[in-house]
Amino acid sequence: MTKLKQNTKAKVTEISGGACLQGRLMSMGIYPGREIKKLSHFALRGPIAIKVGRSVLALGFGMARRITVEIQ
Amino acid sequence: MMKKIFLVGNPNVGKSVLFSRLTGVQVIASNYPGTTVEIAKGYINLAGNRIEVIDLPGTYSLEPNSKAEEVTSDLLKQNNQDEILVINIIDATNLERNLYFNLQLIEAGYPVVVCLNMCDEMQHHGINIDIDKLEKLLGVPVVSTCGITGVGIKILLDKIQEAKPRVRSQLSHKQRWQEIGEIVEAVQTLKHRHHTLKEVLEDASVRPFSGMIMALVVLYISFKIVRFSAEFLITRLLDPFFFNLYQPSLERLSRVLGQEGLLHHLLIGELINGRIDFKQSLGLLTTVPYIEFSMVLPYVLSFYFILCILEDVGFLPRLAMLLDNLLHRLGLHGYAIIPVLLGFGCNVPGIIATRILESKRERFIASVLISIGVPCVALQAMILGLLGKFSGLYITGVYLVLFAVWLLLGTILNLILKGYSPEFLIEIPPYRFPPLTMLFKKLFFRIKGFLIEALPVIFLGVFLVNLLIFFRMFDFVTNIFAPVVKGLFGLPKEAIIALAIGLLRKDVAAGMLITLGMSARQLFISATLLAISFPCIATFIVLFKELGIKDLLKATLIMILVTLLVGTTLNFLILRP
Repeated sequence: MTKLKQNTKAKVTEISGGACLQGRLMSMGIYPGREIKKLSHFALRGPIAIKVGRSVLALGFGMARRITVEIQ
Repeated sequence: MMKKIFLVGNPNVGKSVLFSRLTGVQVIASNYPGTTVEIAKGYINLAGNRIEVIDLPGTYSLEPNSKAEEVTSDLLKQNNQDEILVINIIDATNLERNLYFNLQLIEAGYPVVVCLNMCDEMQHHGINIDIDKLEKLLGVPVVSTCGITGVGIKILLDKIQEAKPRVRSQLSHKQRWQEIGEIVEAVQTLKHRHHTLKEVLEDASVRPFSGMIMALVVLYISFKIVRFSAEFLITRLLDPFFFNLYQPSLERLSRVLGQEGLLHHLLIGELINGRIDFKQSLGLLTTVPYIEFSMVLPYVLSFYFILCILEDVGFLPRLAMLLDNLLHRLGLHGYAIIPVLLGFGCNVPGIIATRILESKRERFIASVLISIGVPCVALQAMILGLLGKFSGLYITGVYLVLFAVWLLLGTILNLILKGYSPEFLIEIPPYRFPPLTMLFKKLFFRIKGFLIEALPVIFLGVFLVNLLIFFRMFDFVTNIFAPVVKGLFGLPKEAIIALAIGLLRKDVAAGMLITLGMSARQLFISATLLAISFPCIATFIVLFKELGIKDLLKATLIMILVTLLVGTTLNFLILRP
């Protein structure tokens, strides 16, 4: 996800990390198979904004790095 | 038999607004996830029975991720499922994500009523939801409401009686999302709309460059409005009232009291050149009302006015995103800016709001940084009053020193304390423009809270100080601390009394500094020390409640060290040479 370009849509393929992180992302609507759109990326390992469904989420760099996506 | 109703739901869906509507109990509601960190209780009458209604912090799932979310899941588990009803409030513009928690609730066996809130916004977004179909598919009652206008509240009360637990098999995460997809497909229709200006601004605010510019403009304008409107109130309204109307009648009273004696000393205080000086007399009827109403209240009013707007519009989560990087270096993450901003109003709600942070370590760092480096608005107003007549450099200086302490201390704590700073994951809400009546209600609620908490303490503080002065018991205390205050900080030894009074309330303490006849530089040092030394007693109590005794002792030790270090450094830097 961190390597994805701004304003591109992609599909989540994998979330690596503990069950806790997976559960947390899952409850907010990020799970394998889900389509997301990256809105922005802050410099110096800053946070990333994505659009999931109708909501905009901001997530830290460390968390975004654990989410693998695939461009369609 | 139903005894309690819990209001639950995802963060920022309008639970608190609905709670106030249902029970008439005013609670703070804002447009950012995590406004409610404490539970609030109220009552409603249903068919002759008094039923308790409880407003809970928002959560995305029954497995908690922060202390505030823990409150919700713990409280739900504690109660017998037959005796409670759960109203799950759903943001109708975001049906899909909100349904996940709803399925969890139904699976766990709670009797649920779904409240499809923000139905007014739904229409703006071109969304249409078939409520009957949704009711059928979920198997629980569904009501469409609008918390802000009160539409649908009556129907909600009727439907509450219909709710029954529904037997459902446990689903895996994946199955749940699959089912949600099917439900949303069946009940929701979207009309295509063009992008509005609001959406363009929303998008721009989460991008680095445009977001930064927008934040700087907003913060600059906010600061200017706070300063301008407070000054306006003081110079045009309050000062004329105090000087032209209040002072003559007080001076008459002073003559009646014979201008001396214990009673005169307590009520009027010292006469300066035979007249009452509101800033220096230090009497219960002179300095106390003047400080609270003409120096502090205007700033409290204008600060909270702006804060209420920023909260309700939805600016704060965007600011959090911009500051995430910086705050990571202090062992926090972007969302910690919310407790910090609330702390600028009053440290107490600021420290309570640290519950939105995930780990204990983060809450400790944030609480310490707030109690040391964030002056409350009452203290800031007094600092402006104290230093305003000198060059503007002194006021800027206080803020610069505080900011430097804040950065340094955060960095050091981040290095020393074990653990790491968790990652940031928040929802950025859309911009909202709630009606002005809501805004003024919230402002009034906060101002009322401020006056109720501040006035008794400031009266008590000045009363005690006046007794001490009258019976000349000050020398004993001042002499003990003289080596530190005079030797290390370069201040007159009486300044210790002001610093000690700061334990009660900072604004009274700052008021006392005026009476000591210090130079501008000494005032600058004492104002800075007043801000970073011990917080007031109310903050101490909340620190104790939130952190526990062990961490409170640690925090206190840090406060003493920082005060000694900063005081001595400033003395040797600017007074001694």
